[in-house]
Amino acid sequence: MAQRIDVKDLNIYYGSFLAVSDVSMSIEPRSVTALIGPSGCGKSTFLRSLNRMHEVIPGARVEGTVAMDGVDLYGPAVDPVAVRRQVGMVFQRPNPFPTMSIAENVLAGVRLNNKKISKSDAADLVERSLVGANLWKEVKDRLDRPGSSLSGGQQQRLCIARAIAVTPQVLLMDEPASALDPISTLAIEDLISELKASYTIVIVTHNMQQAARVSDRTGFFNIEGAGKPGRLVEIDDTATIFSTPRQQQTEDYISGRFG
Amino acid sequence: MSRVFRWAATAAGVLLLVVLAAVAVFLLIRGWAAITASDATLQSEGNLPPGAHNLAGYIGPLIFGTLIAAALALVMATPVAVGIALFVSHYAPRRVAGAVGFVIDLLAAIPSVVFGLWGAQILAPRIAPLWQWVADVLSVIPGVTVRATATGRSMATTALVLAIMILPIITAVSREVFKQTPHLHQEAALALGATRWEVIRMAVLPFGRSGVVSAAMLGLGRALGETMAVLMVLSTSSGTGYSFQIFDSGVLQTIAANIAAKFPDSSGLAVNTLIATGLALFVITMAVNMLARWIVSRRNEFSGAN
Amino acid sequence: MSATSASATASTAPGPDNALRELLTSVDRGRQRKNRTMTGLVWAAFFLAMTPLFSLLWTVLSHGLAKFTPYFLLHSMRNVSGGMDAGGAYHAIAGTLLITLGTTVISVPIGLLAAIYLVEYGKGPLARAVTFFVDVMTGIPSIVAGLFAFAVFAIFFGPGVRLGVMGSVALALLMIPVVVRSSEEMLRLVPNELREAAYALGVPKWLTIVKVVLRTSVAGLTTSVLLAVARVIGETAPLLIAVGTTASINFNLFAGRMMTLPVFIYDQYHQGPARCARNATNCLVSINLDRAWAAALTLLLIVVILNLVGRLVTWLFAPKLR
Repeated sequence: MAQRIDVKDLNIYYGSFLAVSDVSMSIEPRSVTALIGPSGCGKSTFLRSLNRMHEVIPGARVEGTVAMDGVDLYGPAVDPVAVRRQVGMVFQRPNPFPTMSIAENVLAGVRLNNKKISKSDAADLVERSLVGANLWKEVKDRLDRPGSSLSGGQQQRLCIARAIAVTPQVLLMDEPASALDPISTLAIEDLISELKASYTIVIVTHNMQQAARVSDRTGFFNIEGAGKPGRLVEIDDTATIFSTPRQQQTEDYISGRFG
Repeated sequence: MSRVFRWAATAAGVLLLVVLAAVAVFLLIRGWAAITASDATLQSEGNLPPGAHNLAGYIGPLIFGTLIAAALALVMATPVAVGIALFVSHYAPRRVAGAVGFVIDLLAAIPSVVFGLWGAQILAPRIAPLWQWVADVLSVIPGVTVRATATGRSMATTALVLAIMILPIITAVSREVFKQTPHLHQEAALALGATRWEVIRMAVLPFGRSGVVSAAMLGLGRALGETMAVLMVLSTSSGTGYSFQIFDSGVLQTIAANIAAKFPDSSGLAVNTLIATGLALFVITMAVNMLARWIVSRRNEFSGAN
Repeated sequence: MSATSASATASTAPGPDNALRELLTSVDRGRQRKNRTMTGLVWAAFFLAMTPLFSLLWTVLSHGLAKFTPYFLLHSMRNVSGGMDAGGAYHAIAGTLLITLGTTVISVPIGLLAAIYLVEYGKGPLARAVTFFVDVMTGIPSIVAGLFAFAVFAIFFGPGVRLGVMGSVALALLMIPVVVRSSEEMLRLVPNELREAAYALGVPKWLTIVKVVLRTSVAGLTTSVLLAVARVIGETAPLLIAVGTTASINFNLFAGRMMTLPVFIYDQYHQGPARCARNATNCLVSINLDRAWAAALTLLLIVVILNLVGRLVTWLFAPKLR
């Protein structure tokens, strides 16, 4: 189910503005890769280029290749809609559909492809996905309540359940815990550790302790100044990055924050 | 001085409420003679059309015609208006979207009398064959006879002109609502692998539903009260009965157009009768508008809380 | 097509890649078709709406230009009868301008004061009621406004009364809510810092409103008034009821009937084709309609110019609020 991703010479543009320049990296299957770096360094932009969400913005485009198990996601015959189905995404702020119930939220993605899913199959899938997102026990008695009735942390886990219900290959998480309280954050981090058994996970975070806790590999993005493109400074095993990074910039950033 | 200014401003606000109440009161005063007149007096002095024996028999068909015209216009205008609103908010390139907004404003600025002139002189003769064809097709159904006028000056054409006239307001309100759809929910749908239309169906339309409903109600209010387009396009002396022959002429009439057609040549009780029908129109449109505005204001509170 | 060819290549070289490749390149026909259909429908809606607009603008222009001459603009319909190729809209233009001026004189002070009340003073249920009913007032049918003006004036002057000022009152009923709404929006654009700065200098509230708030938003207010005028200048039904028709020039709002441009259009249209004798020399069958179209062009030009000037004022004179 999980796939590796090879990014090669990726340039990401907003119109004529080069936002992220020349990124090459490999993302291992069944592992958690964390992307860290200062604000505006392009790590979220990079993340959104992995499921072709970047190009939704008018004028946005990329150059280079993003290959999933050898298949270029930007290849000519590839359908961006199909890509987003294989590469799920969880956003910074929990965004369950307000007009749908908890169960409908989980099924939202599945219903797009399979309108005639049977009642029992649907119920199974809802349970499986919510169990997978560590939310089942909390919501099993109120599956028909609106998704917005849950707490922030629960909503975020509902969004994760919604993302894994369509059985993607890869899960992208854009600062998934930054809008949550510490206890909910912990719940999300535990969940990430469990999910990596079955998914390739890429997580953007501004919280370095979080990167250190949940990830196997860590990539550091930096920006030289306003108007300059963001770059991948280095990527390595998380332990190495946080103990003996090769680049001075990385060490400055990490030690500056840990101070 | 400060107090005087404050007093003047407040008085202006209160004046608006007073004026609105005054409209109802004055129409009631002037229409009272017709409302209280005996059927015999009404028939001899009220200039009732043949077939109408009392005030209800006069106003009833007119209300029916008014509702038919407005409802048909609404049915035609709403899908197109929602389409244009989506076009501006989600489909058109940004520069095109700005131009479309301008064009819709232009459509809203055209005086109704010009619409009437265009509808009667240009649209009616050209669309008559289409209505004739529709009528022929419908007449195939056993037991159904649909007549169509060769001039095209029927309720169907009138409703089409009304639809064009209320298009801008429905579009403008729907567009604002669609633009307010939270980005978060649209991205959620996209990230699940939704096509553009599926994003709209999952995130935009559920969010905008109540807004579109109130937009349609505002359009309905406008269509109910529109006078000149109906007066000029529809060739009718007066509505005398309850009929669904929308492709035919001379069967249906609206309150507003009926007043405009008869008022200049009326006197005495006939004027009071017309004012009584105006009062009915006022009550209907106010009810529709208040409902629409109530939906809008409830919606604002809801989105403000988010 | 592409999905089947992709699966064909997949079968020649089996491997995990190709299963994935197929997942990524296969598109659900039904969903794609639906997406395309809806895209097509949305574009169709747009073109559908453009058709009547352009048809209307084109006809008004092409039909109206024939009689749109200085003569037409500068002569009334006095002593014009039958199918005479003569007469113009001067009396109607004058009437429209005078009545609209009267409307503006009534509407702007009331509308502006009400907007000031809502923005600067209004609190509690009264302000909420005013806001709500201003919105409701925008929905008053224009013919009802005409009946209202008639009902009021008939009490004092009898049921046969037709005056220019009655038209002004009727139109004011339609214009005031528009003025309130748009001026309110303009006044709310004035940043609170400006007001507070004035209060801090010890300027009383009313003076702050006059000297700071109104001064800052004067361009926006001018625009809203011009757009509101453009909105009511084309109203026909209330004038038909309250002002009536005449063939002659009347500059007095307080005496007698007046002709107005929209009513002139309707009146000319209503008269239909003229009856011409078989060998009449100065007779056009289509003269009434020709005048109607020319008057429609005149009215449309006035409306468009008002709209353009309104926008221009904001664009040129609006202070850059930072």
